[in-house]
Amino acid sequence: MNSNYVYFALLVMCLTVYCIRMLPFLVFRREITSPFIRSFLYYVPYVTLAVMTFPAIVTATDNIWSGLAALIVGLLAAWFKGDLFFVAISCCATVFLTGLIF
Amino acid sequence: MTQTSEKTQEITAGARQLPWFVRGLRDGIPICMGYFAVSFALGITARGIGMTALQAGLMSAGMVASAGEFAAIGLIASHAGVFEMITTCIVVNMRYFLMSCSLSQKLSPDLPFYHRFLLPYCITDEIFGLSSAVKGYLEPKYTYGMTIVSVAGWTTGTVLGVLLGNIMPGWAVNALSVSLYGMFLAIIIPPARQNRFILGLVVVSMTASGLFSVLPVLREISGGFKVIILTLVIAGAAAVIHPIEESEERREA
Repeated sequence: MNSNYVYFALLVMCLTVYCIRMLPFLVFRREITSPFIRSFLYYVPYVTLAVMTFPAIVTATDNIWSGLAALIVGLLAAWFKGDLFFVAISCCATVFLTGLIF
Repeated sequence: MTQTSEKTQEITAGARQLPWFVRGLRDGIPICMGYFAVSFALGITARGIGMTALQAGLMSAGMVASAGEFAAIGLIASHAGVFEMITTCIVVNMRYFLMSCSLSQKLSPDLPFYHRFLLPYCITDEIFGLSSAVKGYLEPKYTYGMTIVSVAGWTTGTVLGVLLGNIMPGWAVNALSVSLYGMFLAIIIPPARQNRFILGLVVVSMTASGLFSVLPVLREISGGFKVIILTLVIAGAAAVIHPIEESEERREA
């Protein structure tokens, strides 16, 4: 592997990724007044995170039943307790415990 | 700066009084754990194509993007040209563009300008999720706190993945790999419990995402692209069906 090429590629790609994230902050310097765009941007996190969570959580481990159990426990923990660290740990513990069974 | 922080503190006063930076460091811990597992796998992949620990570490510290870095490793392995690198990076990381658009609206108008150059570095799925979950304006210190802890885990995991290869036991990787999804649930479910429309939005999003991964043709679409398409369509439709009101947004956003 040519190391000059690797460093060059890394530089190009890091800059590209940074620009993708930076441009909106430069463009939208004021509060957007359009109700449609405001609403759209308000809903973005919920949709994006929901789409990224399911079904990925089910297939994240090497056992689909562990993943499914983690999803159910995570949903319950988030619904009734909502604490970030608690939910994350509950999901991990579920995978660990179900891993002992399956 | 102090004005902003006072304003934000005021809104969230009550439950937790820790300084924003410390809260960020604390909330960064579960992110760091989840990142460690994912980036360890990333390091193993990087090692597979002959990247050194330094190169992989620089990549993780500079890019801070999971799917983006897996794509980057593939591009380096195939000796891709500059044009291909840039276009692939744009497609794979386009969701960060949407996230930055969304987060730009949570900044106080009084916020010093340099934050608009620092915050973009911090935009990952998890840090974005938590930063948007803050009530009222975002205090950037919170985001920076999370970023320091989680990027440390992300970079260390990548480097160790290259150096140690497959030394980490499978059960540990398995268990850690779901922690990020657990965090996502902790971000979206509590507001969904309080707001029927958001609950519906979450159910529709998960259902659509599930369909995209099983239906023929649709399942050929890459993960990053799927997130972009579904976000544009579903959040767009939601904005038409149920435009938010100012008071609602400030209370819950």
